[in-house]
Amino acid sequence: MTEPREPAASVRFLLDGERVEREGIPATRTVLGLLRDDLGRPATKEGCAEGDCGACTVVLVEREGAGLRYRAVNSCIQFAPSLDGKAVITAAGLKRATGALHPVQQALADGHGSQCGFCTPGFVMSLFALYKTRPGATRGEIEDALAGNLCRCTGYRPIVDAAQSMYALAAAIPAEERDVLTAAAGDAGSAVRASEARFAEALSTVARKASSVLGTPSERYFAPRTVAELARLRADLPQARLVAGGTDVGLWVTKQHRDIDAVISVAEVSDMKTIRDDRGALDIGAAAIVADAHPALVAHFPELDELLRRYGSPPIRNAATLGGNIANGSPVGDSMPVLIALGATLVLRRRDSVRELPLEDFYPAYRNTALAAGEFVERIRIPPRVPGLVLRAWKVAKRFDQDISAVCGAFAFALAGTRIASARVAFGGMAATPKRARACEDALTGETWDEATLERAVAALEDDFAPLSDLRASAAYRRKVAGNLLRRLFLETARGLPVSATRATGFVLVE
Amino acid sequence: MMDRDRVHGGVGVPVRHDSAHLHVAGEAAYIDDVPEARGTLHAAFGLSARAHARIRALGLDRVRAAPDVVAVITASDIPGENNFGPILHDDPILAGEEVQYVGQPTFLVVARGVAAARRAARLAEVEYEDLPALLTAADAAAARSFVLPSVTVERGDWRAGIDRARHRLKRRFAIGGQEQFYLEGQIAYALPREDGTLLVLSSTQFPSEVQQKVAAALGIDAAAVTVECRRLGGGFGGKESQPALLACAAAVAARALARPVKLRMDRDDDFMVTGKRHDFVVDYEVGFDDAGRILGLDLTLASRCGYSADLSGPVNDRAVMHVDNCAFLENVRIVSHRLKTHTQSATAFRGFGGPQGMLAGEHALDAIAQHLGLDPIDVRRRNFYGRAGRDVTHYGMKVEDFVADQLFDELERSSDYRARRAAIRDWNAASPVLKRGIAITPVKFGISFTATHYNQAAALVNVYADGSVLVNHGGTEMGQGLFVKVQQVVAEELQLDLERVRASAADTSKVPNAAPTAASSGSDMNGKAAQAAARTIRQRLIAFAAEEFAVPQSEVTFLPNRVRVGTRELPFADLAKRAYLARVPLSATGFYRTPKIHYDRARLSGRPFYYFAYGAAVSEVVIDTLTGENRILRADILHDVGRSLNPAVDLGQIEGGFVQGAGWLTTEELWWDDTGRLATHSPSTYKIPTASDVPSDFRVRLWQRGENVEDAIFRSKAVGEPPLMLAISVFFALKDAVAAAAGYRVDPLLDAPATPEAILMAVDKAKAAAG
Repeated sequence: MTEPREPAASVRFLLDGERVEREGIPATRTVLGLLRDDLGRPATKEGCAEGDCGACTVVLVEREGAGLRYRAVNSCIQFAPSLDGKAVITAAGLKRATGALHPVQQALADGHGSQCGFCTPGFVMSLFALYKTRPGATRGEIEDALAGNLCRCTGYRPIVDAAQSMYALAAAIPAEERDVLTAAAGDAGSAVRASEARFAEALSTVARKASSVLGTPSERYFAPRTVAELARLRADLPQARLVAGGTDVGLWVTKQHRDIDAVISVAEVSDMKTIRDDRGALDIGAAAIVADAHPALVAHFPELDELLRRYGSPPIRNAATLGGNIANGSPVGDSMPVLIALGATLVLRRRDSVRELPLEDFYPAYRNTALAAGEFVERIRIPPRVPGLVLRAWKVAKRFDQDISAVCGAFAFALAGTRIASARVAFGGMAATPKRARACEDALTGETWDEATLERAVAALEDDFAPLSDLRASAAYRRKVAGNLLRRLFLETARGLPVSATRATGFVLVE
Repeated sequence: MMDRDRVHGGVGVPVRHDSAHLHVAGEAAYIDDVPEARGTLHAAFGLSARAHARIRALGLDRVRAAPDVVAVITASDIPGENNFGPILHDDPILAGEEVQYVGQPTFLVVARGVAAARRAARLAEVEYEDLPALLTAADAAAARSFVLPSVTVERGDWRAGIDRARHRLKRRFAIGGQEQFYLEGQIAYALPREDGTLLVLSSTQFPSEVQQKVAAALGIDAAAVTVECRRLGGGFGGKESQPALLACAAAVAARALARPVKLRMDRDDDFMVTGKRHDFVVDYEVGFDDAGRILGLDLTLASRCGYSADLSGPVNDRAVMHVDNCAFLENVRIVSHRLKTHTQSATAFRGFGGPQGMLAGEHALDAIAQHLGLDPIDVRRRNFYGRAGRDVTHYGMKVEDFVADQLFDELERSSDYRARRAAIRDWNAASPVLKRGIAITPVKFGISFTATHYNQAAALVNVYADGSVLVNHGGTEMGQGLFVKVQQVVAEELQLDLERVRASAADTSKVPNAAPTAASSGSDMNGKAAQAAARTIRQRLIAFAAEEFAVPQSEVTFLPNRVRVGTRELPFADLAKRAYLARVPLSATGFYRTPKIHYDRARLSGRPFYYFAYGAAVSEVVIDTLTGENRILRADILHDVGRSLNPAVDLGQIEGGFVQGAGWLTTEELWWDDTGRLATHSPSTYKIPTASDVPSDFRVRLWQRGENVEDAIFRSKAVGEPPLMLAISVFFALKDAVAAAAGYRVDPLLDAPATPEAILMAVDKAKAAAG
């Protein structure tokens, strides 16, 4: 690549089918700011500027294999240069050529799914992403798809109903009139395929293969394509901010107004987005988005389904990466406790030198990591499932969906009959960093999994943690819940009580 | 397509929201979407970092020197009155020498760009001299710190009633506040116009107050200020008194700089600066007989009003007036304290104190039932208002339209309440960790502003020569469907298809002195005003047609989209054209004042309400006794909207109100740290319900026999606020589940909001008490 001094390229992308090419977009300009203020497209709304309300949701489209991939994301915290080479679709771009509403829009309007209407463009886009990715979604899938969209007026029922009726409206459009936007997932009619081919062709006119330098002279945005380029940039530009999905760094800009001189994006480093299964061991590239990493994790560890479904929201999971969650160093990130319990290790790279470090040793202090200057997380490795593994991970928060954990507990036991051969226990929200509960583990390891052991292990947690009181919970509650999660584990795994049966489906009682 | 028999979209038809097709396409314009006028500047508030302090020095040099900053405005730059307080004048637009909460605006920075203004606003160097800060209700009560004098309402010998009762209970519990969390944050855009006048676009439920406050702040006539609002992205009471703050600040800057100035608050600032629902501490002593009938009640409501009075007077009055809910309280004393604390000034929020008062009263009934081991449905019913002698509220209003008993009967049957309650008890006996609970609660909510002078509305109806119609009224559209309802009323009166009737933005230059769109009164009052205007025009057209075609007026009939005159029929548009050519005025205003109401504010007695709106709900929940996590499994609602103007809109209000109320009582927790800083100031930390929090089994019905006994618009009933209180059933279902964890042996102590933590602590306490 060229010497990274002067921004070379302008950001080019498709906006609602129209090619946009713009120079001089600062690295930290948000997609929402670009749409509303620079391009004068106010259809997409700002509700919170932190990716928690979903009013700003847009859908990104990229080529993937032979087809197109649709991802709903929060435009308020995405940096605008990340659009380079992609297509973005907003609520203003969905109407049909005839002026008729798109099936998603029609279903919402006719079903009384909007009241004040401010959140509606975001709901439209989350539902559009669902429409394009999952045919005939169930109520549960719809609720999951909408976990990142807040509505304060309707009580959601009409929106969920509209999501169920939108597919029927799609079917009512004559096959020859359906196109890349109006065709629901799974529709492979000839008109649709032709329209998709035209869309892919248009995408290829903005696509970029080589690494690029975007942004402005005072705020550069580097988008390397290879690990080697990334490693060089990272080492050469220590002051630059490494950004993956931007779901946290975006808030540094929108909320903290921090100065960021340069951004290095890992989002285009394809080698770092791969997910490999190496004889049962999972090897996940740090730039793999959570929406891709989680299914791989669940395939190996089905016990994690609910925890991972409750992680962030679809627009967050579609942008955030596993590596970003880890490198960010938050004490309440929901990936770390379970990855620590599973014995995950990190592959860290600085230029050409690579080292591997257990995740549990990665956090020396609050919001601090073991990364040396110029070093970055390249991959995450999770060892194969051990025989007799008992695995559970639970988050406890005020709200079921899209909340930050008060306590997140993960438990990985190797049981030999009723004896605990080994135990790894880790918690988030209980200390300044995600942390193993060593005293608790000691009380468990080698013991019979019975009530006496349980109570000793619960008591040992007092030695492991001295949690804080804050807005999410009191110290007393955190302590109590940490112990009670261990009790829940016991009831489920040693007593077979139907605690988990009620939770597997999101706390719906199964009788 | 013209239907010969009835108009499309008349009264009672479930037509969709008038802007639905715009909402879904991103074409509905909110204030920040309006194209900016040339030279527009952007403003941001600088906020106090201290709860209570004297400002020794407000160092603004770094703010002024920041990139793109154009001006900094402080209190001394306000040419008129530095106040936006709606009743007492104790709300400075910009704090002068003293700050009274963390987040109070102290200055305004104006810059070329939103980000530049917000960055600069953080650069102030302020020297504070800390003063004692009262943060909690206990602090304020101990210091006898009040924003307004306490109020007492009493009836009968409540002391003797309690003392002579066979059973007595004393309870104390806390009710949390609630952030409105309208999706569109607060915003005002002030545009200087010629000759010293000003146009202000404000996201407000109360354009005429914004107009008055802006005029006062600038020291100019109200007639020189026009306030316009096409729609709000949600209000919920949070945009009743609060928008004047932003509008005044933007107007002062716009006037000073002779440039358009927009002030749009970031979500976090919106939380930190503006008021929320009042939190309350409730204390009561109640005496009752074996059947659970209340013989005497002594109840004290202490609300945290924050640093200023704002609307706390009427909010707390309404709380006092809703303690009874559906129960006849023969011997009662209610004391209401309005505590002053150094926090955001608590303000209006859907229900306006009613929900807190109602929850307090229902708490006593629930405690009685738990104490006696009775089914709360029976205790509630035994205490209902009834025939003469049991039909006057504690504030002296006769209850003439009581239907809660009928709603209870019908809902008890349709929800299968008794059998489910028994089944839940059996299920709980076999479930050691998960416990289910169920509760039924009624709602009786008084409709009208307690400020009698607010109970007036005006509308303007224009018929154009092509027969199309434009209606404008003093109400604002915030998603509640007011515009479409009023359009339906006008369409019905003129017998036109709804498509021929448009509504335009609330605008103080069209309708002056309008009341706030609040107190659920929007369609009642503006519907009546628009009806009156439409009838005036219809009468003129009848008189004209009779004369034109030489028939008696009695032979002129309005049919769908046409008029029969004698034996001939002509399209409405033809008649309009002929009337125009004959110089008949085709524009009329209509006015409405709510009849029958009167109220002595000092004594809290009289008939403050024109009528009551009623509803009832059964909620079923499950809790996890290891963590306190919980879900609403099912909710059955039966709600009385009278004869609905628009059943689809009304259903939306009921469902949305219930979910919002459930959020208030479960996940929505406001948390201030010990320096008085609100730590839950964005959706990442303040949790309103999401789609998965809605009961998966949600059965909501409008009461088919409903009809307003009063002459409200087409015999409908107000629906904005009352359904929020249906969610009180969720709280008591959770309390029932907590009771189950202790074998129903004790009446649990559970505060609101019932967060997982509150529930777990209540479970542990109940288990300990049960032994």
